[in-house]
Amino acid sequence: MSEILQYLLSGITAGAIYAVIALGFTMLYNATELVNFAQGEFVMLGSLGLFSLLSALGWPLWAAFPAVTLLVGLLGVVLERLAIRPVKKPEPIALIIITVGASIFLRGLAMLVWGKDPHSVPGFGAGAPIRIGGAAIMPQSLWILAVVALLMAGLHLFTKRTLTGKAMEACAINRNGAWILGIPSDRMVLLAFAMSAALGGIGGIIISPITMAAYDMGTMLGLKGFCAAMLGGLGSHWGAAVGGLLLGVLESLGVGLVSSGIKDAIAFLILLVILMARPSGILGQKAATRF
Amino acid sequence: MKRRSMKSICWMTALVVALGMLWCAPTVFAAEAYKIGGIFAVTGPASFLGDPEKKSLEMAVDEINARGGIDGHPVEAVIYDTEGDPTKTVLAVNKLISKDNVVAIIGPSRTPTTLAVVPIVERLGVPFISCAAGIQIVEPVKPWVFKTAQSDVLAVAAIYKHMQKHGIKKVGILTVTNAFGVSGRDQLLQQAGNYGIQVVSEQAFGAGDTDMTAQLTKIRKEEPDAVICWGTNPGPAVVAKNMRQLGMTIPLYQSHGVASPKFIELAGEAAEGVRLPTGKILVADLLPESDPQKPVLLQYIADYNKRYGGGVSGFGGYAYDAMHLLAKAMEGTGGDKAKIRDNLEKISGHVGVSGTFNFSEKDHNGLGEDAFVMVEIRNGTWKLLQ
Repeated sequence: MSEILQYLLSGITAGAIYAVIALGFTMLYNATELVNFAQGEFVMLGSLGLFSLLSALGWPLWAAFPAVTLLVGLLGVVLERLAIRPVKKPEPIALIIITVGASIFLRGLAMLVWGKDPHSVPGFGAGAPIRIGGAAIMPQSLWILAVVALLMAGLHLFTKRTLTGKAMEACAINRNGAWILGIPSDRMVLLAFAMSAALGGIGGIIISPITMAAYDMGTMLGLKGFCAAMLGGLGSHWGAAVGGLLLGVLESLGVGLVSSGIKDAIAFLILLVILMARPSGILGQKAATRF
Repeated sequence: MKRRSMKSICWMTALVVALGMLWCAPTVFAAEAYKIGGIFAVTGPASFLGDPEKKSLEMAVDEINARGGIDGHPVEAVIYDTEGDPTKTVLAVNKLISKDNVVAIIGPSRTPTTLAVVPIVERLGVPFISCAAGIQIVEPVKPWVFKTAQSDVLAVAAIYKHMQKHGIKKVGILTVTNAFGVSGRDQLLQQAGNYGIQVVSEQAFGAGDTDMTAQLTKIRKEEPDAVICWGTNPGPAVVAKNMRQLGMTIPLYQSHGVASPKFIELAGEAAEGVRLPTGKILVADLLPESDPQKPVLLQYIADYNKRYGGGVSGFGGYAYDAMHLLAKAMEGTGGDKAKIRDNLEKISGHVGVSGTFNFSEKDHNGLGEDAFVMVEIRNGTWKLLQ
């Protein structure tokens, strides 16, 4: 019995990481209908940035956290201005390929700056694992869950209660219509890029004590985060969280009850089944004909 | 008629002599200096192998020339960068053989690049010493192909021997799903029986995975005496941390893939008590005076760090050993490739950086179990185990 409990806790640990990355995908998709495949690299930059500020410059965590978030957010703005905005015919497929290119570029850049070796980042609080009925979970996992919950609540309030949030959603639904109503859609897109990059950065910061920081960590995390977002329903904040946790728990149960060799295969198989049965994802509200 | 033919014969002779001299000219030069080809992944993802290998080869060449070369011939190394790419490696080897006329080739750094050029050197008959680890390079034995890097087989043997001595009978294994992990897993499963060890649980993890508690929980259920993890950073560090998290107190054995201070840094507190096999270079200072490799290792470390300002690793030793083995084999051959090959096969008791080499017709790696030592991490540093 304690094994099943441990599989669940392990799944929640991994799932919380996927959820926080899925939130970044969802944020940008909500405002621009764009899937940014450089999202994983923002996570990587958050982790490595935190490592540099904490270890190399000796900053305290409370100062490094907002500084890294801000820097990665700025990078999102730069990406939008230099790579997305100048595109003559902004068709979705062209923009997606551009984000893939940006991700390869950022990874190469990070390898030059931080080297190929992974770096270790200290945990936020006390290091002793918390034991529940024969199973154990690291305090850092609870930190991640708490931050994901806070971010989700914040995003929910932002899109439903503030004018800026509503304007952003209007841009996503119909950019021309929003423009006629006087919403500066260019600025909304820029803001969405900044916010989703910053979300990726925050994700990188809070997961780094568990995953460690390395230049090549973004690819796999980005893919898993994308799967989580699809699973939960792209565009829904709650869907991102549910999708992330579900993916993590399914993977972990797959390892425990079936085989660790085909862990990823199990997760992706379930993703396929869910997408075939319900293409908009578990919590997706909007029609699936967007693509 | 007769005079004309005489004249033309004269001309033809002159032409043949002139052509002959042209043809001979490079050969005469080659007899002056022996040319050795070096092909390493100096740049690209495997540059952590290729860069120290290139530097160590240059260092070994200078050492040989400083003591008067081979039978009075100086040695000249022609080095090309493969970038770890099989296609570029094939091009470089063709160039070395047909254009540079090298008498032997050292490298490349990786197993796939090595396997790509083995057919070429076999067909053309060029002595070839690879710096890659894969056992399939020398098994089955190919006449012209040798290698200096230790194989996984020896690392697994070192672990199992240590376990046998400490009464460990049941193990759980946890391997990464890439070439390194798969090769390690095969060896772990294959050799377990020889040491009376039973693999009770066999798990895998992805190179980018961030949490292995599920796999470890599954292993714990089978109640093994120890866990063996086979991978390269950062996965093994996560495994060490996860074992602490789950409160698992059985010994953790790691592979030589994490035998670097980086692992201790990544795993931190959780690295304490981890046991692993490593080439002796990591613990050269700690070796007993009776170890024949100790003076060779200390000399190599000191020379390398002096010449390149630090950064010594075991990888450079593969090329360093290859060059010195080759120099030994080339003595008295006048640069004849077949004779060099025959001599290489006869070398025994050569004490190098990676171990003591005893080549034979059946063994073109030549290293024994003493190429690895077992170490334990204590107080953030290595401790030699008996």
